[in-house]
Amino acid sequence: MAINQDTILRVAHLARLQVSEQDCEETTSRLNDILSMVDQLQQADVGDIAPMAHPLDVHQPLRQDIITETDIRAEVMPIAPAQEDNCYLVPRVIE
Amino acid sequence: MSLHDKSLTQLRDGIQQGDFSSREVTEHFLARIKKHDAQLNSFISVTEERALQQADAADQARQKNQGGVLNGVPIAHKDIFCTRGIRTSCASRMLDNFISPYDATVVDKLGNAGIVTLGKTNMDEFAMGSSNETSFYGPVKNPWDLERVPGGSSGGSAAAVAARLAPAATGTDTGGSIRQPAALCGITGLKPTYGTVSRWGMIAFASSLDQAGPMARSAEDCALLLQNMVGHDEKDSTCLNRAVDNYLSDLDNDINGLTIGLPEEFFPADLNGNIADVTRKAIAELEKQGAKVVSISLPSVKLSVPTYYVIAPAEASSNLSRFDGVRYGYRCEDPSDLMDLYKRSRSEGFGDEVKRRILVGTYALSHGYYDAYYLKAQKVRRLIRDDFARAFEKVDVIAGPTSPELAFGLGAKKDDPITMYMADVFTIAVNLAGLPALSMPGGFIDGLPVGVQLIGNYFREGQILNAAHRFQLATDWHTQAPTFAGDI
Repeated sequence: MAINQDTILRVAHLARLQVSEQDCEETTSRLNDILSMVDQLQQADVGDIAPMAHPLDVHQPLRQDIITETDIRAEVMPIAPAQEDNCYLVPRVIE
Repeated sequence: MSLHDKSLTQLRDGIQQGDFSSREVTEHFLARIKKHDAQLNSFISVTEERALQQADAADQARQKNQGGVLNGVPIAHKDIFCTRGIRTSCASRMLDNFISPYDATVVDKLGNAGIVTLGKTNMDEFAMGSSNETSFYGPVKNPWDLERVPGGSSGGSAAAVAARLAPAATGTDTGGSIRQPAALCGITGLKPTYGTVSRWGMIAFASSLDQAGPMARSAEDCALLLQNMVGHDEKDSTCLNRAVDNYLSDLDNDINGLTIGLPEEFFPADLNGNIADVTRKAIAELEKQGAKVVSISLPSVKLSVPTYYVIAPAEASSNLSRFDGVRYGYRCEDPSDLMDLYKRSRSEGFGDEVKRRILVGTYALSHGYYDAYYLKAQKVRRLIRDDFARAFEKVDVIAGPTSPELAFGLGAKKDDPITMYMADVFTIAVNLAGLPALSMPGGFIDGLPVGVQLIGNYFREGQILNAAHRFQLATDWHTQAPTFAGDI
């Protein structure tokens, strides 16, 4: 299943990545190499095998619905690239 | 014997008995790092001041007959583990300025056992690579030949341990990232059963595959380190709540009667004949000690590389969506709007291989392609696991080469991702199945180390460590040191 440059640009947008015009051709060709290797999967006879999402057959444990998180604002705010009054700063979203 | 030639176990014992102090040992390794690491680039950060504080605290604890079972022993952490107050970069520009506000559970547990942290080791960016060449901080050199790669992604940990800059280090293994560099650098490294070691604070690559483990010179040292890394952690819902095994008590067990399966798929016709020979010779040594060797087949394992290169990028594309330039990490200059902030921060912050995998993963999960790629890969994943399950009905341990090749030249595969991906052809299936496996030094070819892989059934870390330890009692491959540096 070869993909073209339009698909790359669409997928890049979904992934919130920029692919410049000059890089697009090379990126497309690299990704097509990977996808053609991955296409070996199509030869597998999987019949009605159930998909395996996790290596161990275990159930996710549920914890009690009580607040365990402590207030870590003072520790996490200083590592933000831009902040003011304990809020993260981003470019204006609403005019 | 110089301090750096002593094993982790010997250093632990020596500090406990008062033969030398933690400060002496820590200063010795820090001096070696200072003197030799410019050649290797195996460390991203050296935490000298903190290491000496920890060493002094360990020495004081010993005087009061306190301190954990690894009191005062220095090791290095792969820079994928969050360390409070210390830069945790994952070898990415994205996290170049990230000072972690908390410790990973592995760091915390080892800290409680008394470990001194020498620093953070270099790696492939976000653990994506098999040569340590995708690091934002430059490639690591293999101490056996400075023109060659150490393997990856835990290449800095492997090179540092092989060069005696640290007696042991932590690593992580998503598709072979502990075992393949251990093989290429001539050390011992173990990936535990999925769910044995907490992933909390370990920067996520592919969450259903990632697992942390020990890297050291011998199976005995790996067992000692592993013992202090495992255990249930309520902060990681995939970390199993089961009784902790004792990996040290079974090390010396007789291996008479142990059944070792050799999968024909791990000895393909095009495998480097010398690597096949070294591997067979190592297995013959185990046979000499009473192990029984049988041929087995794992037919679906040939699809493990394509399966992995759907599942791992799919999970990575999701995990790495957290890097948005807003809460922490890299942010681009002067974003015009929020979309521009996201796109440029991510495009400038991530390296090429990381972006490639995010794109593959996003594509595989996108509308119209999910069934053909992701669902299909998950079904094949079950076939691979079932192959192992059938094999383990007949054998105790599965053995073969760790890597299809020796340490290759720096830059040799940099522009060819597919060839690079094949470096993990013998290790990836183990992650897909969630099994434990180790790599141990089995010999040398042209002065370069060869790794032998032992795969165990679920939770049988003790059994493969036992077999590796018995092998190491009878051989001295694991005690060989590269001569690049000389003594200090």
